[in-house]
Amino acid sequence: MAGNLELLNSVLAQARSENRAALVGYLPAGFPTVDGGVQAMIAMLDGGCDIVEVGLPHSDPVLDGPVIQTADDIALRGGVKIVDVIRTVREVHTATGAPVLCMTYWNPVDRYGVERFAADLAEAGGAGCILPDLPVEESEVWRKAAEQHGLATVFVVAPSSRDERLAKITEAGSGFVYAASLMGVTGTRESVGREAQDLVARTRATPAAQRGLPVCVGLGVSNPEQAAEVARFADGVIVGSAFVKRLLEADGDPAAGVAGVRALAGQLAEGVRKRD
Amino acid sequence: MSSEFFIPDPEGRVPSPEGYFGAFGGKFIPEALVAAVDEVAAEYEKAKADPAFAAELDDLLVNYTGRPSALTEVPRFAEQAGGARVFLKREDLNHTGSHKINNVLGQALLTKRMGKTRVIAETGAGQHGVATATACALFGLECTIYMGEIDTQRQALNVARMRMLGAEVIAVKSGSRTLKDAINEAFRDWVANVDRTHYLFGTVAGPHPFPALVRDFHRVIGVEARRQILQRAGRLPDAALACVGGGSNAIGLFHAFLGDDTVRLIGCEPGGHGVDTGEHAATLTEGTPGILHGSRSYVLQDEDGQITEPYSISAGLDYPGIGPEHAYLKDVGRAEYRAVTDDEAMQALRLLSRTEGIIPAIESAHALAGALELGRELGPEGLLLVNLSGRGDKDMDTAARYFGLYDGDNSEGEK
Repeated sequence: MAGNLELLNSVLAQARSENRAALVGYLPAGFPTVDGGVQAMIAMLDGGCDIVEVGLPHSDPVLDGPVIQTADDIALRGGVKIVDVIRTVREVHTATGAPVLCMTYWNPVDRYGVERFAADLAEAGGAGCILPDLPVEESEVWRKAAEQHGLATVFVVAPSSRDERLAKITEAGSGFVYAASLMGVTGTRESVGREAQDLVARTRATPAAQRGLPVCVGLGVSNPEQAAEVARFADGVIVGSAFVKRLLEADGDPAAGVAGVRALAGQLAEGVRKRD
Repeated sequence: MSSEFFIPDPEGRVPSPEGYFGAFGGKFIPEALVAAVDEVAAEYEKAKADPAFAAELDDLLVNYTGRPSALTEVPRFAEQAGGARVFLKREDLNHTGSHKINNVLGQALLTKRMGKTRVIAETGAGQHGVATATACALFGLECTIYMGEIDTQRQALNVARMRMLGAEVIAVKSGSRTLKDAINEAFRDWVANVDRTHYLFGTVAGPHPFPALVRDFHRVIGVEARRQILQRAGRLPDAALACVGGGSNAIGLFHAFLGDDTVRLIGCEPGGHGVDTGEHAATLTEGTPGILHGSRSYVLQDEDGQITEPYSISAGLDYPGIGPEHAYLKDVGRAEYRAVTDDEAMQALRLLSRTEGIIPAIESAHALAGALELGRELGPEGLLLVNLSGRGDKDMDTAARYFGLYDGDNSEGEK
């Protein structure tokens, strides 16, 4: 069974045709439990997200701030395995029909087997992968597997990326390109700086973006005002830590956590529709 | 004029331009760090070609560090090593007390060349942290050291030394609260502050160019030792031994002997409570290929690619990864790696102290234990070279507790 790259493309195209940014939500699998994570992700999509990223919790989340580190830790202590991450993708996609991406550090994929991971993710209805510590130079093995299984390869670009690298990265990527709004790890920030707008402008100037590859912005976005600000210049807005926080704050009351996630998704969905 | 102490590996050998030692190495880093890592690589290439860089580093290595370091024969210790002759390469006599200063001074000069004003580093036992804090004091650089919370406790003396030198020491409370987690936190800092910050990486792991760059700054160890032992013993040793955590002092010793086929290269890994107990950090003995901290090498991991928590009595060896060049040397069969338990290392530490009046670091004591074992295998004809990578002052609290040396203890000698 082929993966859902085309579904991802059509959801992003639909948002563009509605003259709004797409809303992408992130939560780690297995947090607070595997089933609880599935419920929260479904609520995120019901509340207004267009696309979901399922995080594969890792023992060494070098690119994550304290909020996602804590969630990964809870998930791993709960015993989450790669098969549970795949199950999460399957159940969220089946329940909602939405595009579901996996966001993971590279070592778990390398260890599980690149071909096996791509095949299992596609079979579960996944739309692709974001691999934040796999630079384009090391990505050929993955890209071949992804292409064969109909999966997107979403690369991250950063404010420090020079123009020639932006061209190379966007050329190799598919689905969309993830523009990191700032130099730093995941986590909520007071404001989204000018760096993000500059990076998006430079990314848009690449041939691949000119041909239509969407540019979505993540890192630091946590509230509707920031979502609206980013939506003015990006094709999509990615929110992670703010959703994780809702679940962490509702410690011991899963229903309240899921309700918090749904409410936040609703507010952010309004934000990404305010472009003027 | 070529340099006497800064002796980079000749061109045309490993790693490849992409940073690969056979199947190991590479550059698995976030896009945000690519520009910074490439800048380090480019600056290092320029520095290698610049006689002024070598001259400045040579001057520091002689007049600040105290190179060349001595080679000491230890006959009373060697009586317990099957009667083989044993020579110690005395990196413990370097300024700051370990081999770490070799690399730190080189990278501190690179930091200045790149125009960066802030340095961050990870440390396990605190030796790399102390060396880094020292160089930052010398060059007037801002300095932040990340250290696992467990290590700040068991190496409290080195925490005080770093603070005395003006560095900020941050105790890392995530994960296993040891070296691996200190590196994670240093990477997080680097991503956020890369404009003005150099990550002064302390071992031959990490993304390219660090495995080659750190190795080059430590090659002086083996180059000196090879010349010294030829003079003193009249022949090459049967084996060169060193402890391996990330592997920097070992690669520094081994490299000068790579072409000497008769010299066995033996890395002594931290066997902790024994490799069968699961409580160890013997990455090459028990690990599998994977990616940790920016390169492919052997790592301790589960079937899902989660890094497992290592254990060693030695904070400097308590790491679930290993430099990629060691992985390569293991796979091509040029070097061998043996696990040494906590207890074997501690017994060797006490033996060297009492037979030779030299208190080694617990890290280096792993290599001494390896020498005792190998000497017994080789017998009186054997000739061994051991890298004494650091001195043991920092370990006196651990050793005193281990052997019951504090007033009121009466368990001395029981262990």
